[in-house]
Amino acid sequence: MHAPEAKIAIEGIAKVFYKKKQSILALQDITLRIRDGEFVTLLGPSGCGKTTLLRILAGLEKPSAGHFDVRRTDEQKPLQSMIFQENGVIPWMTVEQNVAFGLNLRKLPAKLVKERTHYYLEKTGLTPFAKLYPKELSGGMKQRVSIARAFANDPELLLMDEPFAALDEQNKFILQEELLRIWEEHRKTVVFITHSIDEAILVSDRIVLMSAHPGRIVAEKRIDLPRPRSVEQIRSDPGMAQLFVEIWNHLQREVQGARSEFKPCKG
Amino acid sequence: MKDGFARPHDEESALREWKSKRRARIVQQTLTGASPVFLLAVWELLSRTELIDSRFFPAPTSIVGTFFDMIASGEMLSHVSISLLRIAAGFLLGTVPAVMLGLMMGMYRPMKAFFSPLLMALMPIPTLALMPIIVILFGIGEGSKIVTIAGSVFFPVVINTAAGVANIDRIYIDVAKNYGASPKAFFFKIALPGALPVMMEGIQMGQAIALLTIVAAEMIGAREGIGYLIWSSYKLFLFEPMYVGLILISFFGYMFSLLLRWLKNRLVPWQ
Ligand SMILES: Nc1ncnc2c1ncn2[C@@H]1O[C@H](COP(=O)(O)OP(=O)(O)O)[C@@H](O)[C@H]1O
Ligand SMILES: [Mg+2]
Repeated sequence: MHAPEAKIAIEGIAKVFYKKKQSILALQDITLRIRDGEFVTLLGPSGCGKTTLLRILAGLEKPSAGHFDVRRTDEQKPLQSMIFQENGVIPWMTVEQNVAFGLNLRKLPAKLVKERTHYYLEKTGLTPFAKLYPKELSGGMKQRVSIARAFANDPELLLMDEPFAALDEQNKFILQEELLRIWEEHRKTVVFITHSIDEAILVSDRIVLMSAHPGRIVAEKRIDLPRPRSVEQIRSDPGMAQLFVEIWNHLQREVQGARSEFKPCKG
Repeated sequence: MKDGFARPHDEESALREWKSKRRARIVQQTLTGASPVFLLAVWELLSRTELIDSRFFPAPTSIVGTFFDMIASGEMLSHVSISLLRIAAGFLLGTVPAVMLGLMMGMYRPMKAFFSPLLMALMPIPTLALMPIIVILFGIGEGSKIVTIAGSVFFPVVINTAAGVANIDRIYIDVAKNYGASPKAFFFKIALPGALPVMMEGIQMGQAIALLTIVAAEMIGAREGIGYLIWSSYKLFLFEPMYVGLILISFFGYMFSLLLRWLKNRLVPWQ
């Protein structure tokens, strides 16, 4: 077996934001390789630039320095689809129209659009709600729409920005498992963001730890648990408790460090 | 056994509460229905007994009589139809370009930068004050009346449409970009539907202004129409037909707002 090629190669990416006379170094020297089919999580305190990095990968923001490459396997497929933190389900489209959004924009044959939309509506348990508008859905249901929309678009890679951060515990566990179940069918490359250590351990093949001010990669952890995984199984695994504490300590040090070092840079 | 006691008691008090709420609602509905009837009855009485001058305040029954006479003679139809035609034409002539310009201004900053000062300078001028110029440009015929209405409808619609686009949440713009929307798709799937609720508010405002404008415009230079009916009757001291004109305005104002509300519910089912 040869070493798997990198699906995403991120080289020395930095991002500076300018606010009035201040400049904020949101990301510094981010270098990262992600294998094809790998589920990688960026884990770090809020404000450490996770969203910024994901938005750069999503083409919504330009890096101030550095670059990234995504190796395409199929010219027909879109490069990436993002699941936004605020879910971004479009209120003037029905659930079904939202899920079909990317497919329709690509002008795929109606039959294919319908098939794939229905498939993912079914997978996310949204079929009974297909004709409803998002205002009639709960937060968890809306996030399902957002997930179904991204998967239905069938991109080369999936970007997920804290998709479950706004949900209550119960819904969060349910959706985490649903997400893993859907993902395991095709094992697309995923860059996932969270600030929850538990969530990172549950979903990831690899966790990339980040620190804030400036946002940097400080460590990596491989999670070699067999899949499919469940919330229950992870919770009862003593090795995982150990891992949790390790990551916790690491982040703790980073947060403490950042607090004593942090001075806004004048530009 | 506390439960056994509590339940019938609760049901009883719930029933009592429901009854008293229903009573309050019936009283309110009666009051709402009674107020115009009461006003008309007092008016009728005062007018009949000449406690108020019946030349200026003719009895409601005699106004209603004139109303039906005018329907029978066909006079009503000619006034109403010409006014409605002017409103419809002026409304369309004002709304369509306003929506287009508003969407452009909302979507493209340079458009907004260029047109905003012009709009801000022109908006405070009542279109009626421009009527002499409009008449010079468009003649004293139908053209000038339609343009006057169009002009007064234009401003609230263009401003609300631009604001409607500008207020679309950034997240939907990011979603559209992320999913590869072309400029055309962005326009039809995000900008237009996203702006629609605020735009409809502008159109509702425009409708109210159109009605004000038509009456005034027809008072100034017209031979037919509801505004002309009001003004010419007044000048001839014929107060019954003048009140008929006022009733027509009130009626159509109400109908238009119902129509637009219905349209809004059709166009914005997602709110
Ligand atoms: N558009 C922007 N303009 C200015 N500063 C920004 C902008 N977006 C993010 N930032 C700043 O960059 C840093 C990283 O933000 P973000 O990527 O949202 O962090 P995270 O997602 O990890 O919470 C923060 O300090 C934030 O204030
Ligand atoms: Mg974030």
